[in-house]
Amino acid sequence: MYVAVKGGEKAIDNAHEWLAEERRGDPSVAELSVAQIREQLSLAVNRVMAEGSLYDPDLAALAIKQARGDLIEAIFLIRAYRTTLPRIGHAEPVDTGAMACDRRISATFKDAPGGQVLGPTFDYTHRLLDFALAAEGLEPHAEEGLPAEGKMPRITEFLNKEGLIQEEPRSDQAPPDMTRQPMEYPAGRPLRLQALTRGDEGFVLSMAYSTQRGYAKNHPFVGELRIGTVPVEMEIPELGFAIEIGEVVLTECETVNQFTGSRTEPAQFTRGYGLVFGQTERKAISMALVDRALRWEELGEDDLGAPAQDEEFVLSHADNIQATGFLEHIKLPHYVDFQSELELVRKIRAEAMDAAMKEAAE
Amino acid sequence: MPDYNFAYLDEQTKRMIRRAILKGVAIPGYQVPFASREMPMPYGWGTGGVQVSAACLVPEDRLKVIDQGADDTTNAVSIRKFFEKTAGIDTTEHTGEATVIQTRHRIPEEPLTDDQILVYQVPIPEPLRFLEPRETETRKMHALEEYGLMHVKLYEDIARHGHIATSYAYPVKVEGRYVMDPSPIPKFDNPKLESAAIQLFGAGREQRIYAIPPYTRVVSLDFEDHPFVATKADHACDLCGAEHSYLDEVIIDDAGGRMFVCSDTDFCASRQAQGHRGRLSPGEDAA
Repeated sequence: MYVAVKGGEKAIDNAHEWLAEERRGDPSVAELSVAQIREQLSLAVNRVMAEGSLYDPDLAALAIKQARGDLIEAIFLIRAYRTTLPRIGHAEPVDTGAMACDRRISATFKDAPGGQVLGPTFDYTHRLLDFALAAEGLEPHAEEGLPAEGKMPRITEFLNKEGLIQEEPRSDQAPPDMTRQPMEYPAGRPLRLQALTRGDEGFVLSMAYSTQRGYAKNHPFVGELRIGTVPVEMEIPELGFAIEIGEVVLTECETVNQFTGSRTEPAQFTRGYGLVFGQTERKAISMALVDRALRWEELGEDDLGAPAQDEEFVLSHADNIQATGFLEHIKLPHYVDFQSELELVRKIRAEAMDAAMKEAAE
Repeated sequence: MPDYNFAYLDEQTKRMIRRAILKGVAIPGYQVPFASREMPMPYGWGTGGVQVSAACLVPEDRLKVIDQGADDTTNAVSIRKFFEKTAGIDTTEHTGEATVIQTRHRIPEEPLTDDQILVYQVPIPEPLRFLEPRETETRKMHALEEYGLMHVKLYEDIARHGHIATSYAYPVKVEGRYVMDPSPIPKFDNPKLESAAIQLFGAGREQRIYAIPPYTRVVSLDFEDHPFVATKADHACDLCGAEHSYLDEVIIDDAGGRMFVCSDTDFCASRQAQGHRGRLSPGEDAA
């Protein structure tokens, strides 16, 4: 005999207990520490910080541990935590030009002041599984050099001196905060960049890739890609001047794109810009391409109807926390709505069959 | 839970949400943009409703949470627990005892009163969204009261199927002005949108809040020759015998045997407690 289904509460508790057990895995295998994740899965930690919009490697590592390595779930944990934090104020804009670079490359010049610095990159590794890594206890050691002497000026500044690249308008206006205001379209570039830097890496990558393949053609040069540490300064009202409150690792990418020009305006290269927390260069390059594609109107290009040119399309689908939540909500019970659809389909079918019977009889 | 403010959200955020609610009440059916926060449950799982409830709750409130009309569906349990933990308020399963009711996909059968608030979880607040995907366009259409597209869609349904092929989230016009999505409630519930209670709609992911103030006129869109009909399964409840409540169809054996039971679990249980019996009520055989 059916009695109304009960027991949701107990089922949820049991599911959570089982989940915790699965997270731990086989207890005969040593447990991962948060520090191990932070140090040895640092690119995962970087992605969680970037898309979680919170620069805290320890919390990101904890989130990865809690999420059993599901990075979108970890990003969600960080976002939900971040939203409860009070806003103390705004930092000063960071000076990425003065970055202490671990990596700095330019594809547009063979060499440049400050040099090409490869840094810790996968780029020229052969993707052969290293079975030696399966054995533990290896202590890799890289030869150390002295920090690079002198500055690493921005590559695009060299082009700018000649007027060869379009100049970015300077502004001291405080940018809007997409976590404190509802998104409105057109969003404008500061909001677009905010949404892209916390957008899903896979989505931003695919959008960028689509422009490279010809959906609003956008095949830029990497003018410069730099990864390194910058100090974060904040003005303290009581002091009246800015003091350093910490350091963050950032990845910055500036692309140099095909020139625009007209009879009245001489030809100039244009730019796309990407800036992301941590060592996250796939994301930063993707962001720069998508940023550039979204600037079609401002730079006097045609709307080719390509997805990557469509601000509302890109921004409203870039967030993986929104996307995954809405996608997965279809797992929730929908039987009430399904019931009303059942009734409707039965009714429409019955009427159609009646009509067919009558027709056959005639 | 002392680590968090009462009902989780900080007071500044609640103030921002209350302002949006007030604006929504002042312009019935209009979708007010609000700076939706990231909540500790996923988007699409009631974050809008939870934020509206959090902004409405006071310590004296008694909260009821339902999903599909039932208090014990998993997501209803989860949201109720969330407020028990973060607000420490009383909860109830009885519609009549609740001061705030958060719901997904149903309006309770028992008529609400003017000292109750009904909070809806809304997935897609824009009734025109499936006709026009762009927010920039649909906002314009609302501003110009340009609802022709919606009527064309309903007409095409009739031409193709002989019926308006929308059975839930059935669009309504509020106080003669805004076309509104009543959230995915079955169209059976649409007549109950004219209510003594204040009705608030929260869409977290889409960052919209809207409202129907008490006693507001709410008309389900239709045509003179195809009037709106609130439909339900053509049965009585097999547990409490109710003839006019919305029913769930439950498959009870491998042979495809079915029974029909009230989707509003509190309504059904109260009727059974009053002695009402249905076709398959337990204990009927013994009697």
